[in-house]
Amino acid sequence: MKVRIKFAKEGMMKFIGHLDIMRYFQKAIRRAELPIAYSEGFSPHMILSFAAPLGVGITSLGEYFDMELTREMPTEEIRRRLDQEMVEGMRVLSARRVPDGKTSKAMSLVAAADYRILFREGRQPSGGWKEKAAEFFAQESIVIWRKTKRSEKETDIRPWIYQMEVQGEDLWMQVSTGSVSNLKPELVMDAFAAFLGEELPADAYQVQREEVYADIGEDGNRVLKSLEDLGEEVE
Amino acid sequence: MRKSALSDEILLSIEKPARYIGNEVNSVMKDPEQVDIRFAMCFPDVYEIGMSHLGIQILYHMFNERPDVWCERVYSPWPDLDARMRKDNIPLFALESQDPIRAFDFLGITIQFEMCYTNILQVLELSGIPLEASERTEEDPIVIGGGPCVYNPEPIAEFFDIFYIGEGETVYDQLFDVYKKNKAEGKSRREFLEAACQIPGIYVPMFYDAEYQEDGTLHSFTRNYEKAPEVIEKQVLMDVTHAPYPKAPVVPFIKATQDRVVLEIQRGCIRGCRFCQAGMIYRPTRERDVEELKKWADTMLKTTGYEEISLSSLSSSDYSKLPELINYLMEICPERGVNISLPSLRIDAFSLDVMKKVQDIKKSSLTFAPEAGSQRMRNVINKGLTEEDILEGAGKAFEGGWNKVKLYFMLGLPTETEEDIKGIAHLSEKIAERYYEIPKDQRNGKCQITASSSFFIPKPFTPFQWAPMNRKEEFLEKARIVKAEVRAMLNQKSIRYNYHEADISMLEGVLARGDRRTAKVVLQAYRNGALFDSWSEYFRPEAWEKAFEETGIDPDFYTVRERSVDELLPWDFINAGVSKKFLIREWEQAKAETVTPNCRQRCSGCGAKCYGGGVCFEGQD
Repeated sequence: MKVRIKFAKEGMMKFIGHLDIMRYFQKAIRRAELPIAYSEGFSPHMILSFAAPLGVGITSLGEYFDMELTREMPTEEIRRRLDQEMVEGMRVLSARRVPDGKTSKAMSLVAAADYRILFREGRQPSGGWKEKAAEFFAQESIVIWRKTKRSEKETDIRPWIYQMEVQGEDLWMQVSTGSVSNLKPELVMDAFAAFLGEELPADAYQVQREEVYADIGEDGNRVLKSLEDLGEEVE
Repeated sequence: MRKSALSDEILLSIEKPARYIGNEVNSVMKDPEQVDIRFAMCFPDVYEIGMSHLGIQILYHMFNERPDVWCERVYSPWPDLDARMRKDNIPLFALESQDPIRAFDFLGITIQFEMCYTNILQVLELSGIPLEASERTEEDPIVIGGGPCVYNPEPIAEFFDIFYIGEGETVYDQLFDVYKKNKAEGKSRREFLEAACQIPGIYVPMFYDAEYQEDGTLHSFTRNYEKAPEVIEKQVLMDVTHAPYPKAPVVPFIKATQDRVVLEIQRGCIRGCRFCQAGMIYRPTRERDVEELKKWADTMLKTTGYEEISLSSLSSSDYSKLPELINYLMEICPERGVNISLPSLRIDAFSLDVMKKVQDIKKSSLTFAPEAGSQRMRNVINKGLTEEDILEGAGKAFEGGWNKVKLYFMLGLPTETEEDIKGIAHLSEKIAERYYEIPKDQRNGKCQITASSSFFIPKPFTPFQWAPMNRKEEFLEKARIVKAEVRAMLNQKSIRYNYHEADISMLEGVLARGDRRTAKVVLQAYRNGALFDSWSEYFRPEAWEKAFEETGIDPDFYTVRERSVDELLPWDFINAGVSKKFLIREWEQAKAETVTPNCRQRCSGCGAKCYGGGVCFEGQD
């Protein structure tokens, strides 16, 4: 049974890097005594496939990984048993059965993600930033200098920003994520800062990822569906 | 939500912030209002090293079993954070509560190796605790040291209020009760120390004075508080089976050096190698009941989720129920996806069979610790392993498909000759020759023999505690001889030789057998920038050289000088179980190149029988 786990990573846990989170879940799965499938060989290991690694310092309400169980189990029981093994800051939000096969791997599906920018107290941009955010998003192109592996080049990031809006005191955005084009929210914030003509250092705000999506649209029409919704509950 | 002593900005600017945030699986949170004693347990090295230490895990869980005690952990901040904490005046904090150490009742420091002494000063200084015990006030925690190095606590005596001599499971409860009573009665720090020194195994250095003779040796070691005991008795846990053990050890988020379930199967060692301090101070050998160990293994795998388990002891092959235990682990581990990591076992049919089942032969190597190259030298150090044993074991292994061998040696052993030194190369060659005796079509390519040597450092409470240590130049010359001899061997292409750093060994030699005056060097070296001395990339020999000059202390006095058995040694006030008479006898036996049988073959009357248990009474009940 292939199972997709959705989890939250908050509080101090944002300082634990992606590889260590993988190791953390491997241990949690053992503690929960879930019937996990192992690889063959002298050092058998469980095969977990994580979607879109999260950078250190970013919190999330929508992280995913897939795992393979050796037998069918109710998804709510999986969620509950794994959730009981979590430390403070980690929550298991859901478990869903997903279809087997390489093409449905959580990792390769990722097309977009939602992010919330939470400004730290007293670190908001100066007055009027909320109106300016709409103007920023309304631009036809947003060209920035972007460092690549080899050089630095001009890139238009506007096509990769799918949505952007002010929600209360926060800035919320939906951007392209994954292997095709991966836009980091910090880069959008740098461009926004330049648009405002202000400094917005990375420690002025907390980035929180809220959801990760697959694109199930056809013929270039984008139709986003959360990775969770691609799976089904099993009773 | 948990609070943090460090800001997000700092945590994101340093290496591995996970070292400082706590919150690990099985770490213990309590309400500070609900406890009487707050204990900060420190391993003065970086988190990944400290988290690998079993002793801390044992005491952490034992202390936290008490509802009136909250034991937390603290490690040395890595140099990046160290610099930031000094710049921003951030006090050192405990991982669990993130509260400053200075507000704790106790700061307990486990002292596992001499090269961490400057890190002890770092921990004290960053905590805002005066480095010298005599300058501490009622506002400071009681600083208590334990671990193997406290069998000669004198070089760091002035930095500690208390040393705990012996195994931690024994008298901490008493110490806490005395502390609580003292606190409840509103009594002072001094009054607590006076009461504490009445507990067996508790040494309060400020109650003693050392005087020296003109030649620099110790003249007298006397009490300045009349009720302090004359001799400090090592404390030993006799019932090791029904003892506190961390059934749910703390599991780090980041990879620690020892990142697995550790099952301590026994304490002590029956072998009596004359250079080995652990083999002497942890006497008598005490085995844990195998049925209990099976249960512990099972429980710990469940509570931690670890993917690996290993056995811990000084000499696992001597554990009488080893086959039964390993067979059990081989039954329960594979189905849970758990690997068994084997300790260095004596190479025989049983261990080869086990290794074949749990390791990939192509990747794994065989380990032998002959410690010396010639049989004569091995007789001197009482290392029972013979050339025949090694060649036979290696031969069986080669026939079983192995082709990698690791050999561990020491250079600078007492009475060592050039022939003994060259013996390292000769033994390596013989092992290589044994490999090439196997027909070409049946062997697995070339063999790889790696011989490593460390430099011998005499340690207190060993028969070699009187022995002179080599100078750095002598060490390097000896390593050069080995290297040249290896090159002269027929199979030199199959033999690799490497050796340990000589600078660090020299310092370790000074600190291992130092006296109270040596503390000045430690302090001065720390002032000169020495820190993380056991990390070669941070070790600054010049900070130490300068410190010796500035304090006028001659390192040679502590290292290369041969001590007479009549000399009053700085650690003579401790009774570690092995009697001085026994150690002298063994020192004589060493010089006579005579082997002493192990504890199971024949009792050598070392003195540890006084504890009333363990191997001394095996088969007698």
